[in-house]
Amino acid sequence: MIFVRRPDPRFRAWTYFWALVKGMSLTLRHIFRPKVTLQYPEQRGEFSEGYRGLPSLVRDQHGREKCVACYLCQWVCPPRAITITAGELQESPVEKFAEKFQINMLRCIMCGYCEEVCPEQAIFLNQDYELTGLTRAELIFQKEKLLEIGGVRPDTIQKWKPLLADPSRSGGRKQ
Amino acid sequence: MSGVWIEAGVKVAVLMGLLLTGAAYLTWVERKVSGFIQARIGPNRVGPLGLLQPLADGLKGFFKEDITPKYAYRPLFLLAPALAFVPSLAVFAVIPFGDRLPILGRVISLRVADPNIGILFVFALASMQVYGVAFAGWSSNNKYALMGGLRASAQMISYELAMGFSVVGVLMITGSLRLSEIVFHQQGLFHWNLFIQPIGFVIFLVAGFAEANRLPFDLPEAETELVAGYHTEYSSMKFAMFPLSEYFHMMAISALTVILFFGGWQVPGLRAAGLAPLAVSILELAAMGLKMGFFLFLFIWVRWTLPRFRYDHLMTMGWKILLPLSLVNVFWSGIGILMGWF
Repeated sequence: MIFVRRPDPRFRAWTYFWALVKGMSLTLRHIFRPKVTLQYPEQRGEFSEGYRGLPSLVRDQHGREKCVACYLCQWVCPPRAITITAGELQESPVEKFAEKFQINMLRCIMCGYCEEVCPEQAIFLNQDYELTGLTRAELIFQKEKLLEIGGVRPDTIQKWKPLLADPSRSGGRKQ
Repeated sequence: MSGVWIEAGVKVAVLMGLLLTGAAYLTWVERKVSGFIQARIGPNRVGPLGLLQPLADGLKGFFKEDITPKYAYRPLFLLAPALAFVPSLAVFAVIPFGDRLPILGRVISLRVADPNIGILFVFALASMQVYGVAFAGWSSNNKYALMGGLRASAQMISYELAMGFSVVGVLMITGSLRLSEIVFHQQGLFHWNLFIQPIGFVIFLVAGFAEANRLPFDLPEAETELVAGYHTEYSSMKFAMFPLSEYFHMMAISALTVILFFGGWQVPGLRAAGLAPLAVSILELAAMGLKMGFFLFLFIWVRWTLPRFRYDHLMTMGWKILLPLSLVNVFWSGIGILMGWF
């Protein structure tokens, strides 16, 4: 068994005086240090590219809605914020499109599962984080609003292009 | 005869105005310095540099709903804020801020009153404040408030003793309880009581922090364990009176520290410089303000450096360290006077 002699606390208490002086000088130095406050409405923070803000729908460089209403995002969405109603495209090789596509932003948790699961790369989380509205209904975003936020995101792989270009297979697709 | 009354009335009015604005702007200073120490910039939205913030706070205080809890003991609940507020303000009646100000063909002494028991008056009123705090805690009928009130009374009693004894050395050397005489006794930098009574100064300052309920001795309102301590149930201006009295207390402690240990309004060598009497007295007022300002800053500075004491440590320090140390200091001062050192 080893006995360890503890330092006498009464002596240690006196050395607290130095700790006090050090602490006081530290706080004094902090007064003159640069401030880190971000003046929010005027100044904005910078986010990394992978920042997960509000989800939105995107179009490709030809202005085509990319969503094909496969329901994968609706299925994967943990808070069940996404509601899709599919419509049929006659005479188009794409066959399906989202007649209605709504995301309830009050429920959305910005997890990004929808972006991850989308086989068409049609849904993306953008950098927006300011979500305000005067009514609840205003915060349930419909398809038009989602497309407006998302804007255009050029495709690198265009798997529908050869099919759409084939006159024997492409028909009167709406857009 | 009436001239004396008018003069006294004007002095009281000016002092009251200065103190109230001073306390209001002390909140601004506190928030700014707190911000700076934490790498923030503090209030800056209301007016330039946030200078109108105290005004906005005061206005808000007046417009808030004033709630008296159903189970509170009403008479004491209403009386308590006044009991805390009035003594802390009344202390300034005997505090000298300067010597004489020759202005408008009159010579005005820069204190409202200068009784020969000045320091006793200050201590008497300072300990009155604990009634307000204890009553507030008790009459709220709330366990946290009661705990805060109890702690406040225990803390004040333990530190009052050490504070009183720490001053005894100064009083023995001066041979007077009159505050202005204590100041006049400290002419010249090395006659400041700070150098003659260093232990007394440290004890006085530490006890002063405890008296003003400031960190690291803010046990009565320890947020983490007692919600807000003795003023948990208070709202509106009744609540505002407690912080205000705390700020008055801070100012009073700073003023007393300067008067007792830092030569009051005196600047070494200023009288000998041969300036006009008016200029001298204005400079001396400014010196008093600066010295007080330093201690007010110290209050805030210490607040963000030292964490809160544990309750038993607080009591141990009051009774087992500060009190014996102050008694030793009295003894030492007695020997010094006997041997003719001071």
